[in-house]
Amino acid sequence: MVRAALPGRLSWRAGTVSAVRQETPSARTLVLEIPDWPGHLPGQHLDLRLTAEDGYSAQRSYSIASDWSAASGQVEITIQRLDDGEVSPYLTDVVEPGDQIELRGPIGGWFVWRATQPAPVLLVAGGSGIVPLMAMIRDRGRRRARQPFRLIYSVRTPEDACFADELRRRVRDDPGLDVHFVYTRKTPDGWPTPPKRIDVATINSHGWPPDFAPDVFVCGPTSFVETAADILVALGHDPKKVRTERFGGA
Amino acid sequence: MGIISRGFGGRRRDSAPDLPPGQYLTHDFPVLSAGPTPRVPLDRWRLTVATESGQKHTWDWSELLALPSEEITKDIHCVTKWSKLGTTWRGVSLDTLFEDVETAADYVMAHSYGGYTTNIPFEDLLDGKAWIAYEFDGEPLHPEHGGPARLLIPHLYFWKSAKWVNGLEMMLEDEPGFWEAAGYHMYGDPWSEQRYQGD
Ligand SMILES: Cc1cc2nc3c(=O)[nH]c(=O)nc-3n(C[C@H](O)[C@H](O)[C@H](O)COP(=O)(O)OP(=O)(O)OC[C@H]3O[C@@H](n4cnc5c(N)ncnc54)[C@H](O)[C@@H]3O)c2cc1C
Repeated sequence: MVRAALPGRLSWRAGTVSAVRQETPSARTLVLEIPDWPGHLPGQHLDLRLTAEDGYSAQRSYSIASDWSAASGQVEITIQRLDDGEVSPYLTDVVEPGDQIELRGPIGGWFVWRATQPAPVLLVAGGSGIVPLMAMIRDRGRRRARQPFRLIYSVRTPEDACFADELRRRVRDDPGLDVHFVYTRKTPDGWPTPPKRIDVATINSHGWPPDFAPDVFVCGPTSFVETAADILVALGHDPKKVRTERFGGA
Repeated sequence: MGIISRGFGGRRRDSAPDLPPGQYLTHDFPVLSAGPTPRVPLDRWRLTVATESGQKHTWDWSELLALPSEEITKDIHCVTKWSKLGTTWRGVSLDTLFEDVETAADYVMAHSYGGYTTNIPFEDLLDGKAWIAYEFDGEPLHPEHGGPARLLIPHLYFWKSAKWVNGLEMMLEDEPGFWEAAGYHMYGDPWSEQRYQGD
């Protein structure tokens, strides 16, 4: 069982938005300056609290997209807009640089990748589930870690892929990183297969064989995570090596 | 602190007065767990209560079903902030399971198929406060939600209601379970927002 380092008291602090970046038409990254941020491991999340003028408040969890280096001191989160959501449209449409947001974290000691883990890594992302997995890819890149990484990333259309340019550049420069896209509604021109959902064949051909005993991280909406984790177990992966993070929703 | 978020009004759908602080209502049934869903065949399912003196009481599936069951309708509250009101379950009260168990221990570690654990004060399991639930909404409990059987302790955050439960281990001293060792609160009262250690 996990005996992760115990985070200290998780008190709320004010972070300041220092920049925003549009990742896709419906997803945006907020770059945050958070005084005395203790640092984080890739895969951890933070909790964020919004308060209306009359005192009404709402809290949500967001995975941390950036790897941590004390030198930059910055923390990034990437939010996928849900049109009828309460918090995500505010974060993607209203927030601008200079705004302050209450935050606490980092949270979570289970769904994390540590560069000291020697096993190859399989990342399986559905939609905004890419966010904590991107932090792992970035952390591996910054440390020049040698564990080979494979990412299977399911998106509706090519326009919905977050970090697409950065992933392309990383794959080009780094033979240890492999990325395979699954398109569920619309494929890019010239794509060899029609749109489809992630299935046994996808994970079999673009994952690692179970006897490589990879560390597996699956993240996305609940139904996506259920499907992918069931396939992994059916293919023979040790359930104890398959870590999941479910973002709620369909 | 209470920084006002410029331009944030909130949607406040279904704001219900009987929700613990910080919770919002959901009508679907979100799933949160740390790994793949274990599938436990009923003929291999067992529940064991182990006391601090090493005594074991074990029930198999037919023995569990033979015990008196209750229909339970309760609100449930997840630490990730959704609450679901008026959920209906069927299960066996832990008062029934502990009738013949001799113990002086004050704490229980719940164990699950798949390796999950969570700690609970013993008194929070007694006096009609906790059940081994095997039906949800009149249907057998789906594996995603902890079937064939899960612990149901509605008055604590739902991570205490261990899915796929297969053991209750009596402990003289409190010890952290899976999420508790990762920084979650040892008790987890939703009404005092005991989410993480120090809350
Ligand atoms: C550990 C963790 C990490 C996460 N990381 C990320 C991340 O990196 N990026 C990201 O984008 N998201 C992430 N999420 C999800 C995020 O926390 C929010 O759930 C998400 O942004 C939606 O919030 P919202 O307030 O916009 O939507 P909500 O208002 O909460 O609505 C969510 C959905 O539920 C429906 N809904 C809500 N209330 C009702 C109602 N009363 N009746 C009917 N339907 C309703 C809405 O229609 C909507 O589709 C993460 C979640 C967790 C638990």
